[in-house]
Amino acid sequence: MRLNNIGYLLKEGFKGIFTHGFMSFAAVCVTVACLVIVGSFSILAYNLDIMVEELNKTSEILVYVDSSLSDAEARSIGTKINTLDNILQSTFVSREEALEDFIDDHQGDSAFSGVQAEDLRHRFVVVLEDNTLMQQTDEQLKTIPGVGKTSAAYELAEGFSTIQNVIHIVSIAVIAILLVVSLLIISNTVKLAMYDRKDEIAIMKMVGATNAFIRLPFQVEGFTLGMIGAVLAFALEWIMYDGLTQKIAEVDALQLFSLVEFQELLIPMVATFAAAGLFVGIVGSWTSIRKFMNA
Amino acid sequence: MIEFTDVVKSYEQGNTALNGVTMQIEDGEFCFLVGPSGSGKSTIIKLITGELKPTSGTVHVNGYSLERIRKREIPYLRRTVGVVFQDFRLIEKMTVYENVAFAMRVVGAREKEIRERVPYVLELVGLENKANRHPKEMSGGEQQRLAIARALVNNPSMIIADEPTGNLDPERSFEIMALLQEINNLGTTVLVVTHAQNLVELFHKRTIVIDEGVVVSDGLDEEE
Repeated sequence: MRLNNIGYLLKEGFKGIFTHGFMSFAAVCVTVACLVIVGSFSILAYNLDIMVEELNKTSEILVYVDSSLSDAEARSIGTKINTLDNILQSTFVSREEALEDFIDDHQGDSAFSGVQAEDLRHRFVVVLEDNTLMQQTDEQLKTIPGVGKTSAAYELAEGFSTIQNVIHIVSIAVIAILLVVSLLIISNTVKLAMYDRKDEIAIMKMVGATNAFIRLPFQVEGFTLGMIGAVLAFALEWIMYDGLTQKIAEVDALQLFSLVEFQELLIPMVATFAAAGLFVGIVGSWTSIRKFMNA
Repeated sequence: MIEFTDVVKSYEQGNTALNGVTMQIEDGEFCFLVGPSGSGKSTIIKLITGELKPTSGTVHVNGYSLERIRKREIPYLRRTVGVVFQDFRLIEKMTVYENVAFAMRVVGAREKEIRERVPYVLELVGLENKANRHPKEMSGGEQQRLAIARALVNNPSMIIADEPTGNLDPERSFEIMALLQEINNLGTTVLVVTHAQNLVELFHKRTIVIDEGVVVSDGLDEEE
């Protein structure tokens, strides 16, 4: 294919978009709708993931030291705890500090007024790197000499892990389904464009046009539709997300939900939308062109 | 040059369209291919243009061996063979000029070449004054001239005309045949597939008669 034909082929491709105006409009609309839903779902999943991650960090194991150990012996256990894998942080809490916390937690409750520091044990608050390994780490902690008992909320950690997994699986499924829908719509638009020009294509073949020459305008058409859809969807997503963030900030005075700023997601979002638009446009047109050319 | 050697073409449905066809058409020849419906004429055209491959035997067209031609070579084979059909197959939304230019454009010709070549070919077929008309605004004979111009514009070494006068009255038919004769005089091989026995007799050219997939006669028209 000569370079001087490229301009002609591009022109034909762009012309096709306007020739099949309604179908092109429909294809762009469906692509925008699908990409906005995909984008919203991705951002929602990302935010939920971060929130769950933050909540997960609050899961900890309490390691109670044997009450027969002296203060110095109790503190020295911290070194052994830190040698284990999967330990992010371990903090020593003395009996006295534990009592202060206890009193703070049970203020006004006369039933606990007689509790003394000696009634409590020295302890370590252990934060893990990976909470899915909480049970294994807990078992390792119990084997350390001087550790009396441990307290770990496996169910809570597992619950967070399950929520994260569900979010990931649902996101992937929704994204895959919507991408297929967009692909089918673009593919159909290009198929219609090819059907509309079937006589021209037959003549092109008859006079010796190469398949690449015949295909290119349709691929340009599919690519352009995909990219227009991606750009519009990206802009819409940005506007909607900013609006939502502001609304939440107004309503949520306690800042229970803190959404990531869109600017933080700008590069991955641009890359994702561009890739999705490109994929939907090129693959969508390619499938129908291939079928048509082989027919 | 077209060379068929013992060509058999069977379709998947089981019917055999050609059953051992051997024939040769030299460069610069003018030749008629005649035969009743279903005799195998269309199959011969499809074999020449690479739409079909022979089941057995060999087909050589302008240096290409059709029995082993690669898919990507077929467009280049077709550039050496101009085809004209009974139903013209023109693009209605394009003007006369654009229809012809389109054939050049799709094989990658430069705009300068197109601007030079199209008027020359339109003059050759007598449509130089109708360049801006659309096919629907023209008579059947003119539309067939346009189809011939399009077939000629890429300077093929051979023109295959499949029933070129099938939709035309006798006078226009004669004009089209005269035009094909003129093109042949300029050095282009011409193969005319036709039912029109009167034209075959009138033009007194080599005639290959095919029936039930077999060549039954090959030579000058018998009445001459």
